[in-house]
Amino acid sequence: MSGDTTNSPTPTTVTLSPPRRGEPVRPDIEPSAARARIHAAETALLDDRRLLTGEELTGLAALPDDYVTSLAALAHQVRLSWCGPEVEVEGILSAKTGGCPEDCHFCSQSSQFDTPVKATPFLDADEVLQAAEETKASGATEFCIVLAVRGPDERTMQRILELVPMVQERTGLNVAVSAGLLTDDQARRFGEGGVHRYNHNLETSRSFFPNVVTTHTWEERQETCELVRAHGMELCCGALLGMGETDEQRIELLTQLQDLDPTEVPLNFLNPRPGTPLGGEQPVAAWEAIRWIALFRLGLPGVILRYAGGREVTLRELQSMGMTSGINALIVGNYLTTLGRSADEDLQMLSDLRMPVGALTGVL
Amino acid sequence: MDTTGDVAAPDGAHCTGCGSLSCIGCTRTLDPPRFCPQCGRRLTVAVTPGGFRARCRDHGALAPT
Repeated sequence: MSGDTTNSPTPTTVTLSPPRRGEPVRPDIEPSAARARIHAAETALLDDRRLLTGEELTGLAALPDDYVTSLAALAHQVRLSWCGPEVEVEGILSAKTGGCPEDCHFCSQSSQFDTPVKATPFLDADEVLQAAEETKASGATEFCIVLAVRGPDERTMQRILELVPMVQERTGLNVAVSAGLLTDDQARRFGEGGVHRYNHNLETSRSFFPNVVTTHTWEERQETCELVRAHGMELCCGALLGMGETDEQRIELLTQLQDLDPTEVPLNFLNPRPGTPLGGEQPVAAWEAIRWIALFRLGLPGVILRYAGGREVTLRELQSMGMTSGINALIVGNYLTTLGRSADEDLQMLSDLRMPVGALTGVL
Repeated sequence: MDTTGDVAAPDGAHCTGCGSLSCIGCTRTLDPPRFCPQCGRRLTVAVTPGGFRARCRDHGALAPT
């Protein structure tokens, strides 16, 4: 042994993740100016307990990459202060897959695109109950029944209204539904029928929406969201990032969500699906996703901000960092047409992070 | 966990991602099979929170891998 303990540097072979299409170049700013923006946001959210304005969020979104960890740290403190330490766990089921007449450009279930997803009819009640049992076994407290439809017809309404109390009685889970655009009467019936939460995503800002959906309008979605609240259900209204929208349009969406005031915001990242118009897009860069998780928390301090589709593909090893950047809920297990990582991996992650999971605290 | 790598179809089998015999593998790790490896026909697939079920009209159920 030579006794020479000098460590010579190892040449790196790591290639830095390149910016994606639409990802802005953010020029350096004076450190004092960057810290001032973050400090002002901290004061607003933790001391004054007020929402940030679009202008303030724009200033935070423009901070260079080196400040993403600062945004994430603040977002985590804001989450703890406004929502507490618990994490809500949910399972979802595509109870009627494919064959949707709408042309949402990100969706493999649209009948307007030639995708590998084959349309299948409404699952039997036994299949739905079995999926709810799987969800219950994963420690979740929420189960969402999702249908690929423009909106529910009368037969679908009746099926859902039969299933909701069945699932509740069998599993004790809160039951959410996602079945597209609703009329006032349909929203009333769902509210009276025990639907705990209704999911209807805006997906993107009003100004960008016509680029990704042409068969219905952003305003129609907004109207359904308002009906959900008017009829006493909790509103779950999510976003999908990575479709080519700009930072400004993401901020626009954030302020539009502030106006809608949903209980829950599922945050999806585009997982480009073969055969769809957005099938050739690249997933959002992981570090950029962390930035926007933090910004969604800073913009929507009191919501249940849920990890939803695309996180495995987008964040890879940074999924646990998202949990300390403002996320306080997640979908465990599989998604509607794609698979997720195992519920056990997610529960282990939460245990490692010392994040209690509602009724699952004892298990962890 | 590899979440983006393509999975190659075995020799002589149809790709479960696109149904082609000539495809060198376009099924992503987190995608369930969509085409029958025996005949390339589109599968009826039900994805559930804890797994998936895939069935070919002619060749029956595929075992989850």
